[in-house]
Amino acid sequence: MGLAKRIIPCLDVENGRVVKGVNFVDIRDAGDPVEIAIRYNEQGADEITFLDITASHEGRDTTVHTVEKIAEEVFIPLTVGGGIRSVQDIRTMLNAGADKVSINTAAIHNPELVRESAQRFGSQCIVVAIDAKRVADVDGAPRWEIFTHGGRKPTGIDAVAWAVRMAELGAGEILLTSMDRDGTRNGFELGVTRAITDAVEIPVIASGGVGNLDHLVDGILLGGADAVLAASIFHFGEFSVPEAKAYMAARGIEVRL
Amino acid sequence: MSGVVAVIDYGMGNLHSVASALAHAGAQQVVVTHDADIIHNADRVVFPGVGAIRDCMAEIRRLKCDQLLAQSLADRHKPVLAICVGMQALMSHSQENGGVPCLDIIPGEVRYFGNPLVDSAGERLKVPHMGWNEVRQVRPHPLWQGIDDLTRFYFVHSFYVDAVERELVAGSVRYGVSFDAALARDNLFAVQFHPEKSHTAGLRLLRNFLEWNGQC
Repeated sequence: MGLAKRIIPCLDVENGRVVKGVNFVDIRDAGDPVEIAIRYNEQGADEITFLDITASHEGRDTTVHTVEKIAEEVFIPLTVGGGIRSVQDIRTMLNAGADKVSINTAAIHNPELVRESAQRFGSQCIVVAIDAKRVADVDGAPRWEIFTHGGRKPTGIDAVAWAVRMAELGAGEILLTSMDRDGTRNGFELGVTRAITDAVEIPVIASGGVGNLDHLVDGILLGGADAVLAASIFHFGEFSVPEAKAYMAARGIEVRL
Repeated sequence: MSGVVAVIDYGMGNLHSVASALAHAGAQQVVVTHDADIIHNADRVVFPGVGAIRDCMAEIRRLKCDQLLAQSLADRHKPVLAICVGMQALMSHSQENGGVPCLDIIPGEVRYFGNPLVDSAGERLKVPHMGWNEVRQVRPHPLWQGIDDLTRFYFVHSFYVDAVERELVAGSVRYGVSFDAALARDNLFAVQFHPEKSHTAGLRLLRNFLEWNGQC
């Protein structure tokens, strides 16, 4: 026995409420982030990820306050992402009680932010989020590119090469979301998950598309992920974290029960 | 009675979660500080740490936290808990940042997990060692009270402690190599994992620390 694979419920938060859309369009209200975080903590979640999808500045102050309240009640690791642009933003979130900060678009505009923040705060708290989408094959081999703006804007950057570069700059973990699958409930995009987990030394969290418990199992056993992240299957009470863990354990995956 | 718990703050990152977990575990008063008088008069001391060892050691020495820690350890009635990089800083030397001399309070080396790191089946292991792993309680200690052997705690680190005096090892973990997850000597208990992030088991260990008289 050794290190357990992690199950990470994700809270997509807009203006202080947990929401989860299908492909970021149809947004359903799932409730108060503090209450939901406490519930997942009690259920035995291994970590919690909090993604702020609020656009406005006023909303971001609400986020800091919400993170503070979660950190006072929840004694498992908390990752905060969404709108992190600078070393100061990272400091603000760590001071609010986040254990890790997830950097997405800002890393594309300024990769040095990853190096600088890893040096300043330690790689252990720097997660680089990658939103990948499958593009035309090259010489018959599948290829995934980084997309921004909720999967609408291509960057031309190869997702696997980008993950390797981010690890070299000091990222401690990769949060990989398939924009083809996010919100679809069709399961992880296992091809890109496997390609990135094989390419980097650091842990990879698979995200995007979980609709049932077999998807979580596949992310670990087929995708090679170190952790699996899901939102809607937990929020709307379809499955609890203990049910997910029992299911994975029954399929030979080491989990924290 | 826990009394005053001083969390030594040498400016390397957020100690909010350590303080809030101690309060949750029942601490009467938690002070995050590098003030010599407060630490001197505290009933218990926590020596945490995050980030890279070279910067940590520089700040520990600049703020004279090394002396404050040594004084606390010399007072055998004052329980001291070192966490993560706080534990690593106690050792003689670390391989991180090209090699950094540490406090040499406990003889031993802080080593890199290695690249590639593989398990006994030849399967590649990721570095950092991040997540929940089973801690084998190598010997009984008041801080293990009420915590089952092989309970999982939360780890996040790329370097691990290898103490010279093996009788000091209180907890051990296997991750490619077998490393020292907990060391105990007199009134000192040091852990590589994060009790403040280890859910109920972590809170129980912190409660045990708050109730510990520093003897074992």
